Amino acid sequence: MGLLARAPADRLAALYPHISEHAVLRGPETGAVMVRGRQGGTGAPFNLGEMTLTRCSVRLPCGKDGHAYVQGRNKDHARRAAVLDALLQTEAIGEVTARVLAPLAEAESAQRTARASKAAATKVEFFTMVRGED
Amino acid sequence: MYVAVKGGERAIDNAHAFLAEERRGDPAVPDLSVAQIREQMALAVNRVMTEGSLYDPDLAALAIKQARGDLIEAIFLIRAYRTTLPRLGYSTPVDTGKMATTRRISATYKDLPGGQILGPTFDYTHRLIDFALAAEGDAPPAPQASPLGDVPRVTGFLDREGLIEEEPASDATPGDLTREPMELPADRALRLQALTRGDEGFILSLAYSSQRGFGRTHPFVGELRIGEVAVEMDISELGVAIEIGEITVTECETVNQFTGSKTQPPQFTRGYGLVFGQTERKAISMSLVDRALRWKELGEDDTGAPVQDQEFVLMHADNIQATGFLEHIKLPHYVDFQSELELVRRLRAGMTEAAE
Repeated sequence: MGLLARAPADRLAALYPHISEHAVLRGPETGAVMVRGRQGGTGAPFNLGEMTLTRCSVRLPCGKDGHAYVQGRNKDHARRAAVLDALLQTEAIGEVTARVLAPLAEAESAQRTARASKAAATKVEFFTMVRGED
Repeated sequence: MYVAVKGGERAIDNAHAFLAEERRGDPAVPDLSVAQIREQMALAVNRVMTEGSLYDPDLAALAIKQARGDLIEAIFLIRAYRTTLPRLGYSTPVDTGKMATTRRISATYKDLPGGQILGPTFDYTHRLIDFALAAEGDAPPAPQASPLGDVPRVTGFLDREGLIEEEPASDATPGDLTREPMELPADRALRLQALTRGDEGFILSLAYSSQRGFGRTHPFVGELRIGEVAVEMDISELGVAIEIGEITVTECETVNQFTGSKTQPPQFTRGYGLVFGQTERKAISMSLVDRALRWKELGEDDTGAPVQDQEFVLMHADNIQATGFLEHIKLPHYVDFQSELELVRRLRAGMTEAAE
């Protein structure tokens, strides 16, 4: 679900253009979630600020339910993710994993590695100046 | 006193049309897209998200466009928008220890585990105008090296030796000033919430004042880190915590001296800053002000400095409240003024009569 929540909406739409038949149980509805942090990074919680979130719940004709909570305000994204969540509980799991989840995971991993690699290149290598005394 | 008056509708409509035209500027110059603002004015977007208290880069970019680059006006738009959103819940506290860091520096240790990672920083630039940017062109790709793993917390090293005050974890529900009006004295959780959404300029100036001697705070930046953290929320119908997204945050932990007391050996104390996006100046400022406001619990003297005064800091940090009260004096006060005019005339007339 995290992968579908984080995926760019247009990328998801390109990988899964035609949404399977489904009934909408709830939403899609956009709202806000209060994000919490911890005092000193590890202590008691405090409220940091909100983020936008869109949720949707659907039911497939076979009766399986799917839920999605995706970052942002894109209702189409939430509905698509909810249908995929439901499909993952059916025999379509293999196809959905191969056609949608795997490419998303691969793209996300490549992007993360690229950012981490650029950060790593800015790591300071200290060297000590040695005085020429014996 | 305000009096309802009719009239001015046509003037207002025309003023809005004029505003829209001015916002667009010279039509011969290409229109600015929201995506361009989001990608190329990212630090302005970050500030609007932090002080608007809503993480949504596209929305913040749109607000900046609508506000013609006036960031406080853009923050106002975001604050107004967020009141229309239903609250879908509270996240579990983000784990900044698991941050995918793009920048991480410490002023207290040179060679520390994880290293000094400079990241995309203005530090070490010469602050000379780069005229090459006036010409269009793509930036050359940044060099890459093998990715580093998770980086440990600097205060963790001091914690292990007992040299810094503990920050015991808890799951206490923090107060939320967007739900209940803030009452003073406010606890640390509420203070941090008010500071993180407070005006960057105000928090910066307070932090600076404390460094200069108005409420002595001269800490070390134990650690400053910027990167992405996962946001998780408990979903009742699923019975589990799921990841609902990822946000970029800046975290600053300061290490401050503390002389100790009869019961406590000398120990370092902490100040904390956490903000949305890459918003480094704000995070450092916040951690200084957080530490200064803790004077009472740490048994320090009240020197009467503004930064130690909760009411002064917390009640004036919000630039939307400040703007609202300040700018309302532009609105018609015809009746108030008429009465004062009348009074001054009468007083003057009385003085003239007395003199005769």
